[in-house]
Amino acid sequence: MMNRPMHRRTALLLASVLGSTLLLGAASVQDTPAPLPKSVKIVSSLPRTGSANAQTTSMVNGIRMALTEIGGKVNGVEVLYEDWDDASPQRGNWDPAIEAANADKGIADAMVVAYIGTYNSGASKVSMPKLNAAGLAMISPGNTYPGLTKPGFGEANEPAVYRPSGSINYFRVVPTDDVQGLVAAEFAKSLNATKVFVLHDRELYGQGIAQVFEKSAKVLGMEVVAFDGLDTKAANYKAIATKIKQSKAEVVFYGGTTQTNAAQLAKDLLAQKVDAKLIVPDGCFEEAFIKAAGPKALEGRCYITFGGVEPKLLGGKGQEFYASYKTLYGKEPEAYAAYGYEAAKVVLTAMERAAKKGTLTRAAVLAEIGATKDFSGALGTWSFDENGDTTNKVMSVNTVKDGKFETVKVVGN
Amino acid sequence: MFEWFDTDVFLQQVLLGLSNGMIIALIALGYTMVYGIIELINFAHGDLFMLGSFLALTLVGAAMNCGIIDPALMGASSHWWLLGTLVLICGIFCGGLNLVIDRLAYKPLRNASKLSQLVAAIGVSFIIVNLGLFWGGLPMDVLGGGGAAAAPKDFPHLVSDINLLGEDSFVVMTWNDIVIFAVTIPLMIALTLFVSYTKLGMAMRATAQNVTAARLMGVDVNKVIAATFAIGGFLGGAASVLYANYNSTVSFQMGFRAGMDAFTAAVLGGIGSLPGAMLGGLLIGFVRAMSDQYVGSEWTNVVVFSLLVFILIFRPTGLLGRKQREKV
Repeated sequence: MMNRPMHRRTALLLASVLGSTLLLGAASVQDTPAPLPKSVKIVSSLPRTGSANAQTTSMVNGIRMALTEIGGKVNGVEVLYEDWDDASPQRGNWDPAIEAANADKGIADAMVVAYIGTYNSGASKVSMPKLNAAGLAMISPGNTYPGLTKPGFGEANEPAVYRPSGSINYFRVVPTDDVQGLVAAEFAKSLNATKVFVLHDRELYGQGIAQVFEKSAKVLGMEVVAFDGLDTKAANYKAIATKIKQSKAEVVFYGGTTQTNAAQLAKDLLAQKVDAKLIVPDGCFEEAFIKAAGPKALEGRCYITFGGVEPKLLGGKGQEFYASYKTLYGKEPEAYAAYGYEAAKVVLTAMERAAKKGTLTRAAVLAEIGATKDFSGALGTWSFDENGDTTNKVMSVNTVKDGKFETVKVVGN
Repeated sequence: MFEWFDTDVFLQQVLLGLSNGMIIALIALGYTMVYGIIELINFAHGDLFMLGSFLALTLVGAAMNCGIIDPALMGASSHWWLLGTLVLICGIFCGGLNLVIDRLAYKPLRNASKLSQLVAAIGVSFIIVNLGLFWGGLPMDVLGGGGAAAAPKDFPHLVSDINLLGEDSFVVMTWNDIVIFAVTIPLMIALTLFVSYTKLGMAMRATAQNVTAARLMGVDVNKVIAATFAIGGFLGGAASVLYANYNSTVSFQMGFRAGMDAFTAAVLGGIGSLPGAMLGGLLIGFVRAMSDQYVGSEWTNVVVFSLLVFILIFRPTGLLGRKQREKV
């Protein structure tokens, strides 16, 4: 029994030594680099089934737009794009099994040079280590949980646990929740709140940002009267709303998304006649949230923070993006469309640089994405820092007016 | 922090527990009746209930489109006749559908093993969930314009949401709560009377006791089973309108949780027992509210299922369940 794994390990070692000698041999014989492939592939893995669909359709539109702008080619090499779904109808939300399968599929397909995704931070936890071990670049247009990249914000073993190879393969174009949670707490303070009631959906993203909010609120001198996780499948939250009313908190923070029932909470606060204002993070910054809650439950009662600004307020190249998106698709882009577009732009620019240097392999594309500096895109001019995070820190606080989102405050500009 | 115990808060939670519990009880009756007669756990029942609420939302949307009701008045005035009609239509719809489901999926398996019927029920549940997903994607304003099929839908307020205890009162009681009592209690009384005193009711009780003996006594067992599915479905359909109106949300996934709660209620009260299902539903609604208030919502499911386990240890047949004689 004890010996069997040893045998296997020895065999593996032998195989890898043999393999690398062969490879080395091949490299020394053939000095000229391999010719560029005829075509390469980029894929995206986003929750396409479920209520995030409108948001992710907009993101996929953004990715397709970036591809169309360069004529679907980098340096003569055709770039194919595949739109993968990481959600299941049973969950109506991202599914760990499907995200894992997507990662495996991406790794197995030799043509894939970059993986755009995921939308949910929890999903990245599944695919990050796999893609990292395979050396495939991953760029997220939506993950905001800090622990994925930043040491000291999540579990003790984060983010090292996502980087089995020891090097960085994961990047994101969206500012993280440690910034967003602080902005939300500062906004609560500006509403003259003295007591806050903090709830979360017990998911990686929701609970993470709720913790940041809790910490920041305490630092800013507000009393946190409760910190509790919601049952996201419950029929209603009237009992919790009663508890909130009893606590006399002026602000309720819910770390959750439309998919984890944030709209129901907003409705039950109204139904139980609770005056506290509700603050929710960017997971609710989508049309579906307004539709699910009904404008009455939100207008003048709810604020939504977002790691960026709404598409129509984007500056510079963002305005060009906004205008051409509207002409191309005939409707307003959702909040994350620009991030899908930006992520694809970064990948394509990096591929272009790699192709010009003569190699268009996974490793070359990964190196070039990591080297992205002073990138001038739809979200402004920014770089990737040593963790793979964007240096962009623009945030906004929004509310709902006449059934539409309206920005009330922009910070960090 | 804040006061641990407060009379107003307690009363409010009792009221919430009752309202939520009555809806659960109404669904639980559908589980317990079918189980009582053919010993099938009809997993599709919760999803049937979901489909009922989609029909209710669609009809409300149609009424809005035809100008029968004014969307601007939602929540300000009450639409009693509309609510009553919806309860009736959705009840009949779910009852009829349940009948069809029995005919197509369960009846051919009546003499097969119980397990085959159970698997068929799970299959039907999947079909209905996906039907709900499809329904949610239809291009209609109340359904969100067809853009996001899976998104939860906002169900308009059909009754006024003013606080009946006065706007200054801490405890909130609206017509929403009254409607639940006003529909659920008469339905339960009618069901009890029906089962106790009518000929068909007697035939149901006979079939529940022993199918073969009932058949030998001249009871048309197939008719009894069909009636059971129709009545159970009707109650589920009525509950779906109450649920949608009370929570003002309709979603294709809501059947799973509602069904789970109702099934737990049926088991808690003693599956096969009508008063048991009613008691179990009320108990679960009550315990949920109390746990949300005094324990923390993170623990509510743990509390509910611990209670279930605890009760089943001491009363394996549930609170009001009768000891089943082994059938030979």
